Amino acid sequence: METTDLKTSDIKLVEKPEGYEGAGFFATSLDKVVGLARKNSIWPLPFATSCCGIEFMATMGAHYDLARFGSERLSFSPRQADLLMVMGTIAKKMGPVLRQVYEQMAEPRWVLSVGACACSGGIFDTYSVLQGIDRIIPVDVYVPGCPPRPEQIINGIMRIQHLVETESVRRRDSPEYKAMLNKYGIE
Amino acid sequence: MDKAIQDQIVGIISEKFESDVLSVEVPYGFLTINFAKEKIIDLIRYLYDHPVAKFRYLTTLCGIHYPDNKQIAVMYQLHNLVDNWRIRIKIFLPEDNPVTPTLTTIFAGANWMERETYDFFGVRFTGHPDLRRILNVEDMVIFPLRKDIPLEDQTREDKKDFMFGR
Repeated sequence: METTDLKTSDIKLVEKPEGYEGAGFFATSLDKVVGLARKNSIWPLPFATSCCGIEFMATMGAHYDLARFGSERLSFSPRQADLLMVMGTIAKKMGPVLRQVYEQMAEPRWVLSVGACACSGGIFDTYSVLQGIDRIIPVDVYVPGCPPRPEQIINGIMRIQHLVETESVRRRDSPEYKAMLNKYGIE
Repeated sequence: MDKAIQDQIVGIISEKFESDVLSVEVPYGFLTINFAKEKIIDLIRYLYDHPVAKFRYLTTLCGIHYPDNKQIAVMYQLHNLVDNWRIRIKIFLPEDNPVTPTLTTIFAGANWMERETYDFFGVRFTGHPDLRRILNVEDMVIFPLRKDIPLEDQTREDKKDFMFGR
């Protein structure tokens, strides 16, 4: 294949990771390759319950275009999703549902909490609303705002990408990770 | 609803339940009858069957907490769809043991309304076919719309004074 097309195109490709390169070979660590692949093909599962979900729709739309980050493929099945995006108020009655969705996701999985309600209950400081989803599932990145603008959601995605990229492939097998899940009563 | 009709309805009720009417008021032009709790079902049945009153539609039913009187009221709002008459009937139950017979024997639609009233105020409707919480989580232990229950979630940390340097 000719490479000249790529050189003149304005499409940016991901930079290759650090490593040793020679004629016909390229050596780097497995962590970096896996991280690179995972980072640029995150399949998000949108769990949108209120106005933050509307901002998410804008984020997915052509103007803000989350597809630029390799996340254009939304997965509406938790079993195939890598990233759970919780956007909106989670009522206490919704809690077990959200938890079940999280439990159905395969490892490795990440959680992005979008908006004040998902992060802390927001203005709904009341008997019927869950005061932050981190009471029932572990959260990797919090995006504050009521609702946050698409730029903020994109920033949250980029933070998630950073976590995904730098995560060790062995992290999910570590006793610390298991202990963290046990704290939430998962597994 | 003008005064003559209101007087007529009060007259119909007094005919049979004179000693059970606690008081009659007309807040914002809405005829309201405070009634003895023991005979509430009899009264609603009577108004349902009465050839003139014909209150055959239950608009709504709900609880009201009066913490000063230590009472929980149950409010029934009835509608005569033929003449477009509306009335409100209130009964008062003791706060520590709010029990009253179910209205589902007359209006099937009272089922979920009574469940809601139980859910939020703890009023127990004896004879109700399925009296359990309808809107809140099943394991909730409080009746959240009672005035002695604080509105805020008491386990919340991020609004404590030290978060704001107080």
